[in-house]
Amino acid sequence: MIAVADNRTGGLVIIWITIVAGMVLAVVPMPQFVPLELGFLRPDWVAMVLVYWIIALPHRVGIPTAWLAGIAVDVLLGSLIGQHALAYVLIAYVVASLYQRLRMFSVWQQATVLFALLGLNQLVGFWIESIAGLTDWSLWYLLPALSGAFLWPWVFLMLRSIRRTVGVT
Amino acid sequence: MEVNQIKSLFLEETTLGYQMLGLGVLSVVLMFMDHATSWLDGSRSALTIALTPVVVTADLPNRSARGIQDIFSSREDLRGRINELESELIFLRVKTEKMAALTAENNRLRGLLGSAAKLQDNVLVAELIGVNPDPEEQEVVIDKGSEDSVFLGQPVLDSRGLVGQVVEVSAFNSRVLLISDERHSVPVQVLRSNLRLIARGTGIDQQLELLHVNSTADIKVGDQLLSSGLGNRFPVGYPVGVVAKVDYKPGKPFAEVLAKPNAQLDRSRHVLLVFTESRIAEEETNATSGKGDDRGG
Repeated sequence: MIAVADNRTGGLVIIWITIVAGMVLAVVPMPQFVPLELGFLRPDWVAMVLVYWIIALPHRVGIPTAWLAGIAVDVLLGSLIGQHALAYVLIAYVVASLYQRLRMFSVWQQATVLFALLGLNQLVGFWIESIAGLTDWSLWYLLPALSGAFLWPWVFLMLRSIRRTVGVT
Repeated sequence: MEVNQIKSLFLEETTLGYQMLGLGVLSVVLMFMDHATSWLDGSRSALTIALTPVVVTADLPNRSARGIQDIFSSREDLRGRINELESELIFLRVKTEKMAALTAENNRLRGLLGSAAKLQDNVLVAELIGVNPDPEEQEVVIDKGSEDSVFLGQPVLDSRGLVGQVVEVSAFNSRVLLISDERHSVPVQVLRSNLRLIARGTGIDQQLELLHVNSTADIKVGDQLLSSGLGNRFPVGYPVGVVAKVDYKPGKPFAEVLAKPNAQLDRSRHVLLVFTESRIAEEETNATSGKGDDRGG
């Protein structure tokens, strides 16, 4: 029993470390020589990490975790508090409802679903910003979803190997 | 093994629904509060302090790259750089001495004229620790906050010109909106002709747009723009940009005028926070011109 309890708290630490690593990637500044337009390609790392953990451990990582991570991202990026939180809650709801089907999918099938989810993420963000009167719509907004979907297999494999080595259950 | 440790095979659909609804509504309420009121500012700055390690970690690659550069630069290089800096220091010192005399004289003359403006600003050096990753938003994070008495709306400069203003302050760092952001405008004055204009950011790096320039206005490529001090946000007389393009469009009431900021918005690593001793109040100019708004959005 004690071993199980240790494993559980240890697992939680690992899960939050990966989420925080996603946050670091979300704010890491681009080096000077990279053209500015490439900034549009930066995927939503935190959303991807959350999707992985919800598929893998739906009983431990769910909508509340996604909401907390979203609030943290809002503070980090200086967006309206609640903007990313709302988008992540919606994504988490979809993934938590479909996790059994998603587990059966091949990695690339998962990537297409992820494209839809990250697209939803971008759309929610855009809607909120346009209600607050900030920006104009352009297809550029979907680029992060595309790059995220392409990077999904690697994110998936890396997080799975982390989960298996550390033994998070 | 206790009963509650056994996982159910399916997640409760209703629980998920309630969670989504509850936290979703909470998010919307929080967004509304954040947009319309300032009740959340305290918690935002507290959370910003808690998340400072993330920002600092994200800046590590940049920082260590410079550290490695320092290690591998040779003795001769460093010696050369020191010599260069020393000669520059002497040059600047001479200039400052001249400046001091001129400032004193200027203040004396202004005193004679009975004007309140004083050319004496204190500055605080801050270092960039983060850049907003969204290319649509031109914001940076600096490593000074309310502990160093940074205040909201404080003007920020670099060694060449105006950089922007502080839009969010927490204890140990603060967020600076750059003048090239679409949401930012700054009142300027053309040095040559004293024409007063408003320079708005375009969202594109190193580009400003001058609003409502009459087709007959006296402005040409190469003109230096200084902050005019109208609106009492920015101190008067700091370089803002240089006019880069003037395009008179036939049939349009206003000319399209673009300017390039003096400050190296995408390059400067150190910025200066300005503490103005007396907020410049030139009543005559303020009264005659109605445009005092220096910050859009």
